[in-house]
Amino acid sequence: MKFGVVVNEGPYTHQASDSAYQFTKEALAQGHEVIRVFFYHDGVNNGTRLTVPPGDDRHIQNNWSQLAKEHNLDMVVCIAAAQRRGILDENEAKRQGKDADNIADGFRISGLGQLIEAGIQADRLVTFGD
Amino acid sequence: MSILHTVNKSPFQKNDLASCLSHASDADAVLMIEDGVYGAIKGTKAAAQISAAGATVFVLGVDLAARGISEDKIADGVSVVGYDGFVKLAAEHNAVNSWL
Repeated sequence: MKFGVVVNEGPYTHQASDSAYQFTKEALAQGHEVIRVFFYHDGVNNGTRLTVPPGDDRHIQNNWSQLAKEHNLDMVVCIAAAQRRGILDENEAKRQGKDADNIADGFRISGLGQLIEAGIQADRLVTFGD
Repeated sequence: MSILHTVNKSPFQKNDLASCLSHASDADAVLMIEDGVYGAIKGTKAAAQISAAGATVFVLGVDLAARGISEDKIADGVSVVGYDGFVKLAAEHNAVNSWL
């Protein structure tokens, strides 16, 4: 079965990002396909590679990047939500005249159309948020 | 057409669980996750609403454990599942509706 996952909350806020990660991991373990994980609203904050949590805490952003690497996951960050919150890839940083970018491995910046497409193509769209 | 509803707010904080239970049909399932698991504790108003509802009600065991709620405190009619059960419930129903 094809799953789409939506994450509307940042890391270390309540629990949505952790729940979405556990759900995605389990869906993949059961042999389902996760066609896209879409990060929207404060969820875009999961996609910054500058996250440095304490050593004894889970590293939410690294966990997502690792999962994406293992399963070739398509992890999309909403561009409008990302620009408001300072999440940029190389192209966007250049376009906006910024001196750095911070998108993490495995994440890409794209538009809301990617969420609509995931909703159409997936058999189930599961949303996690606050 | 059946729906899996997920509720992630405590019934002592928000009204989502009661709204969800009143909307859910008999063929639906309701899964309490995150702070929503407080709705699974027996002897509360939420437990009475659950027993009166037609939908099948589940609670995520790891989120109960994370909050120190042992399974002997769970209301009758609520089944404890793990993430494996969560994914299976999502697959078994036609759609997933997250009450956020």
